[in-house]
Amino acid sequence: MLISLDEIVPDMKTIKEKHSLAMRWTHWVNFPILTIMIWSGMLIYWANDEYSITLFGHKFVRFFPDWYYNLLHIPSRLAEGMAFHFLFMWFFTLNGIFYILYTLISGEWRQLVPNRHSFKEAWLVLLHDLHIRKTVPPQKKYNAAQRIAYTAIIIMGIGSVITGLAIYKPVQFYYLTWLCGGYHFARIIHFALTLGYVFFFLIHVVQVVLAGWNNFRSVVSGFEVIDEQPKPVIETAHENEKA
Amino acid sequence: MKTKKLKKELTVEQKIKRRNFISFAVFIGLGGAAFGGWKWLYNSPEETAGITGGAHQPLRRALNKTELFFRNFFSNNNLVKTYPKSMAAKVVRHNSDIGSEGKLPPESWKLQVHKKSGEVLQITLDELRALPKTEIVYDFKCVEGWDQISHWGGVKFTDFISHFKLEDEAKLQYVGLETPDKKYCVGIDMPSALHPQTLLAYEVNDQPLPGKHGQPLRLIIPVKYGIKNLKRIGSIAFSNTRPHDYWAEQGYDYYSGL
Repeated sequence: MLISLDEIVPDMKTIKEKHSLAMRWTHWVNFPILTIMIWSGMLIYWANDEYSITLFGHKFVRFFPDWYYNLLHIPSRLAEGMAFHFLFMWFFTLNGIFYILYTLISGEWRQLVPNRHSFKEAWLVLLHDLHIRKTVPPQKKYNAAQRIAYTAIIIMGIGSVITGLAIYKPVQFYYLTWLCGGYHFARIIHFALTLGYVFFFLIHVVQVVLAGWNNFRSVVSGFEVIDEQPKPVIETAHENEKA
Repeated sequence: MKTKKLKKELTVEQKIKRRNFISFAVFIGLGGAAFGGWKWLYNSPEETAGITGGAHQPLRRALNKTELFFRNFFSNNNLVKTYPKSMAAKVVRHNSDIGSEGKLPPESWKLQVHKKSGEVLQITLDELRALPKTEIVYDFKCVEGWDQISHWGGVKFTDFISHFKLEDEAKLQYVGLETPDKKYCVGIDMPSALHPQTLLAYEVNDQPLPGKHGQPLRLIIPVKYGIKNLKRIGSIAFSNTRPHDYWAEQGYDYYSGL
């Protein structure tokens, strides 16, 4: 019995379905659209680039330095930026609505939205990722940190649409502008959310690289390959015998 | 036994390979198509210069379609937020004076209103001053992204329409305004022109308009970006087609509504 198991098992792989087609589609459609939105947003922002990070009277970061503008050919393209931004806003919004509706209707939100354990467990994930703690935190499709990050990014997307509308039509959608704390604050949030996407992207890419090929492939092909290991079966058998 | 096992293993392997192949082929195919689509759009030809100009042809179409969608939300009940006079800027920002440079000799100016009949009304500033004065303190918004609370006074556009019996003209779809030298011009859709906060302004901060701000009469249309707030109105005309518009010819959205 044990011998035959050993013979079959060593390179026995199984396909485990992971990401639905809708999730993969919206994920990959969003990536270039968001890139275009950020780029065209910079063309617009350039025309009134008033933001910086100033602490105790010292200006640490100016958004954006001249070398950065020149590198990306940003200056003097306001009209073009607006034309691109107000076309791709449609795709960004519709893709987002489609994803949210799909996630709600399919029930996939249950694997995504943080539950009452997530905020505590997210720390364990962080400690594990930083190699401070060895124990692998509990994980189903997403671990606690992923649940928080991937839910937050959706909320940020909604925030971009709302603050965007608040500065795009501040008279017709005055209630959105009011909700966002006024025209100025809406513009600041709209800008800060964009910085947030860039930050998310950097962490996301590092995590994807660390997680490896099998994980990356699952966001394209939808499945992961699981190597079935015989050991647990045998060990359990041993433990049972002992007990 | 051995052959059976091999077959079974290959089936899973084959499945994996097959699905990998299909999904990555589709992924790379669609990615390539998306990139091609982007290159096409980015390099798409500029629209033929006319009433609008300077934008990529497909993007101009998109701007016009987007205008139609957002026009559905326009309502005279949606008013621009107003502020107390004390919050109005003492130094009003000046961005451009195309078509309104320097000071105009007051006696040489008359507002020309082109009626449907072909008749041209010649209206003096005193005639406009004699009409009920409306004031507004609101947040003026520039397409560049800056804004400033400013205080304007003048004749409400709807008061102007009814006083000079221009109701028939107001049934047309657009108003076109030009500076006396015709260097600057704007086209305004009629619903925005007839919005209760649209003014033909002759005062800023309780003083007659200085040269910089469109002396003697300018358009203040809070439901539009600053580019539509033409300084120094020389003539007003009405039409069912889009009138000339300075910035729409240079790649900006014709509607530019807020």
